[in-house]
Amino acid sequence: MSLLLEISDLRIQGQSEGRDWVELVKGISLELETGEVLGLIGESGAGKSTIGLSALGYAREGCRLAAGSIRLNGEELLGAAHERLREIRGVRVAYVAQSAAAAFNPAHRLNAQVTEAAVRHGIMAAEPALAEAKRLYAKLRLPDPDRFGERYPHQVSGGQLQRAMTAMAMVARPQLIVFDEPTTALDVTTQIEVLAAIKDAIRDEGTAALYITHDLAVVAQIADRIMVLRYGELVEEGPTRQILYEPQADYTRALVNVRRVELNKEHHASGLAAAEVEGVTALYGQFVALKDISVRVEPSTTLAVVGESGSGKSTLARVITGLLPPTTGEIRLRGERLPARLKDRTKDQLRRLQLIYQMPDVALNPRQTIEEIIGRPLSFYFGRRGQERRRRVEELLDSVELPKAFARRYPSELSGGQKQRVCIARALAAEPEVIICDEVTSALDAQVADGVLRLLLRLQAETEMSYLFITHDLATVKAIADSIVVMHQGRVVEQGAKHEVLSPPHDPYTELLLSSVPEMEIGWLDRTLAGRAAKKSRGELVLDSADR
Amino acid sequence: MRGISVSTIVGFAIILLFALTALFGPLLAPYGESEVVGDVWEPFSAQFPLGTDSLGRDVLTRLLYGASRTIGVALAAALLSFAIGMSLGFLAAVVGGWIDHALSRAIDILMAIPTLIFALVVLSVLPPSVIVLVLVIAILDSTRVFRLSRAVAMDVAVMDFVEVARLRGERLGWVITREVLPNTLPPLIAEFGLRFCFAFLFLSSLSFLGLGIQPPAADWGGMVRDNANAISFGLIVPLIPAAAIAILTIGVNLVVDWQLRRSSTARRRA
Amino acid sequence: MSGLLRLIAQRLALGIGTLFVVSVLIFAGTQLLPGDVAQAILGQSATPVAVAAIRKDLNLDRPAVVRYGEWLGHSLEGELGTSLANREPITQMISGRLGNTLFLAAAAALVAVPVAILLGLVAARFRETWLDKTISIVTLSAISMPEFFIGYILIFIFAVKLLWAPSIASVYEGMGLGEKLGAVALPVATLALVVIAHMMRMTRAAVINVMASPYIEMAELKGVSRSRIIFRHALPNALSPIINVVVLNLAYLVVGVVVVEVVFVYPGMGQLMVDAVAKRDVPVVQACGLIFAATYVLLNLTADILSIVANPRLRHPR
Repeated sequence: MSLLLEISDLRIQGQSEGRDWVELVKGISLELETGEVLGLIGESGAGKSTIGLSALGYAREGCRLAAGSIRLNGEELLGAAHERLREIRGVRVAYVAQSAAAAFNPAHRLNAQVTEAAVRHGIMAAEPALAEAKRLYAKLRLPDPDRFGERYPHQVSGGQLQRAMTAMAMVARPQLIVFDEPTTALDVTTQIEVLAAIKDAIRDEGTAALYITHDLAVVAQIADRIMVLRYGELVEEGPTRQILYEPQADYTRALVNVRRVELNKEHHASGLAAAEVEGVTALYGQFVALKDISVRVEPSTTLAVVGESGSGKSTLARVITGLLPPTTGEIRLRGERLPARLKDRTKDQLRRLQLIYQMPDVALNPRQTIEEIIGRPLSFYFGRRGQERRRRVEELLDSVELPKAFARRYPSELSGGQKQRVCIARALAAEPEVIICDEVTSALDAQVADGVLRLLLRLQAETEMSYLFITHDLATVKAIADSIVVMHQGRVVEQGAKHEVLSPPHDPYTELLLSSVPEMEIGWLDRTLAGRAAKKSRGELVLDSADR
Repeated sequence: MRGISVSTIVGFAIILLFALTALFGPLLAPYGESEVVGDVWEPFSAQFPLGTDSLGRDVLTRLLYGASRTIGVALAAALLSFAIGMSLGFLAAVVGGWIDHALSRAIDILMAIPTLIFALVVLSVLPPSVIVLVLVIAILDSTRVFRLSRAVAMDVAVMDFVEVARLRGERLGWVITREVLPNTLPPLIAEFGLRFCFAFLFLSSLSFLGLGIQPPAADWGGMVRDNANAISFGLIVPLIPAAAIAILTIGVNLVVDWQLRRSSTARRRA
Repeated sequence: MSGLLRLIAQRLALGIGTLFVVSVLIFAGTQLLPGDVAQAILGQSATPVAVAAIRKDLNLDRPAVVRYGEWLGHSLEGELGTSLANREPITQMISGRLGNTLFLAAAAALVAVPVAILLGLVAARFRETWLDKTISIVTLSAISMPEFFIGYILIFIFAVKLLWAPSIASVYEGMGLGEKLGAVALPVATLALVVIAHMMRMTRAAVINVMASPYIEMAELKGVSRSRIIFRHALPNALSPIINVVVLNLAYLVVGVVVVEVVFVYPGMGQLMVDAVAKRDVPVVQACGLIFAATYVLLNLTADILSIVANPRLRHPR
């Protein structure tokens, strides 16, 4: 092993809209040996992508490599001539972006793009480059490797495209590949396939990698060493085993321990359901989005609806709220049948059912103050005005653990987590019986999400509300659900109390879904895939990701 | 007022100057609007600061009178086109369904005919009175306002906070005025500037073609037409009102450009 | 490919439908407005005899639908009716003038398109530099000026002061091409200036939009050379929006020609139409309006179809 990449005291600055330069990366140093995989982990704003790009001597528009040094095989990249950097990029260092759909040029076939770097840099002639591409397609377990690359980017699926991009990075046999959140945009059952393909490929080719992600469980499967970053600074660095099992810094410990929220509450005897969906089928045009769905939310409990994209879980929320009237079936609130259409429902029916959204940024009107936002349901449903309304707004802010002074602020002055708390306060203002939470923590960093979950649980204990919790994230489900509904392609594949659904025997899809969620454990990926292979060889039914 | 550039300040100054001229111009005018006070095309002098026109009328006087008429008619047309285009556009965006469909198709068809050609067809049978001009310009121009306000309102109408209001049971009026409208203002303000420029240039062109505001009333496009022949004698009389038209339009465009850039960066930051 | 063909066929059908509705609107615009058309044409002081004569000329005593049918039928056969003002067949009046107008527009387009695209690419390449800012201010000013202002400035400088070109663009049959081009130099320059400004701004925006795509960054991170990024990665994707820009501006040219013809007393369709409006010669206005509108619709249709064909996602459907 020899030293491949050496970054020392790197400072990267960014500038937005004519303001002053601010430091995004504040003196980071790292070393990478040949063939080693280093994980860069952090939440949004940690500067991890910016550091990753700097390994190619590149800074995005509005950013600049301000100081420090970036040495590849001893050669300084910071301040190197553009021509020289061009010779290195794609040849010795390659890059794999988060969104393959955007990073492939829609005008050209995959083969032309995958082989471009090798051919243009004169490393291979067109023929051998194509053969190499096909070899890599096969290695990355892409279907029909001989013909795969003849297609255009928009003609293949997201998971396949992500693997094609990995092939594109590898074709010129670079010494280092920077992976920038390569599986983040994928569903979990696809993620595990892509992750395994990437892992095998870089191991077999002996390529070193910088693997950037916000998901510690993912990086634990692939990295030899991990650096934890926050606000452009190093928090902690060490071998994967140490970071995972003996974290030193509080921040790292928090990352490892995230989602250890566990609820311990008594189960209420079920009588009349808080909300009930019976035999609902719903269409988008001709497309059957929901097929004969029946679910029950018991009073003062949380029902989690789990599924991947396209499972129909968000459509279910639209049907319950009346935005999408079902073609058949009924929706009941405490036994009272709700009209299918939103506009046929009474004010009181609307009040009793509230919705909280995934993106707090677009769920709050940017032109209204927090007081107007939370106060509107108070005046709309309860006719509260003036002083009385203001007092209640402050109470609500207090109950979502925000300072009273926030009443006068605008949403843009708040952080993501604070905005989501305002959304919760707005829902609480209506004094609802059921709140539908649609991926409410997905857009938040893990720790912030954790705080929001704790808040929701506390509020439930205090007010006896029920939650219908829609999510793709099984860790969240384990943390807060009383009962679970698993959805797949518009149908319910399994439902029941949490412990029933989460413990075997499983429906095959539930099995696939549960086993695809990365666990904070070294060797999880290999074990899971080996387990699946063993089951298959015993002739048991094992579902594959639809992406294969 | 961060990031305001010299060109933006120039734009604001031009608009202010022309607005004052339009408001107080006739009061400052040395002579009567159609008063013949000298010889044909007299040169600049203390008596006639900008010379006289093809009938011996004072050019400065007519320029001052023309300011309030030309700008006033264009402003009226722009305001009316906004009232029509915005209300229909918002209605189409927020209500959707067949109303949106019908309105959009009708507007598509109307936009398939070049504005000037359609105006010429209509003006061949209607008298070119101020009311007719305002109506024709406003209706033809409202198609563009409709398109933009529909598009902008659509962008806002699909946002979750609008859905929140609808789920709460708010009336259509509240949804449009409280939730959608405030968030569509920045691009629409810029569009108003563009629509004013369009109405202003369009009116001037019609007058220049002899089909807009009719003599002897002073208006800038008409003044260019009246004095067009002077150019062959090397006189710049027709260029004066034409330059006035150009300067005001440039001023408005400079401010619009700034407003557009501002609202797009604000949106990117959000 | 069948998907693409179907899409194009759809656009063609839509275009033909639009043409039909446009013809209805143009007819309706002159016929169905409030008041008596004959009276409007002649003014309040007209004698009853004259009004009756016009009514007969325009067949006003028959239902509008019948008159529209006849008008459209004849127009499609190239029979555009008779002028009220001088009793000449309109087809004859228009034939030479249509050629003149197309000549003027085509000459302006030949000058404007390459210049505008080049300037647009340059401005996009040197974005936010002094060069880009200068081009931006200049073009902003150019689109702010009425065509007649630009026209008269050019006349003042090049025809009156420098005596380089004639101020009146007179062309006649049997003129040589060189002579003809000399005669229309100033009107062509006027039109080109306005169109270049519009087209350049739109080209710049389209190119910048494409250059901001992640696949351009990807190409750069693969070490692809700058010229290859522009020609191989950016251009194929910018083609569709640029084609759109060009054709839309050609459509604009067709209309902008009206004012410019009046400024330079050029014997084209625009001049004819403006005169006819002033004289309330309704059949001539209708004929000119129909031809202008049809050209405009057809150019827009071409833009639509070309940008479908140039779009890789539509050309290679899933």
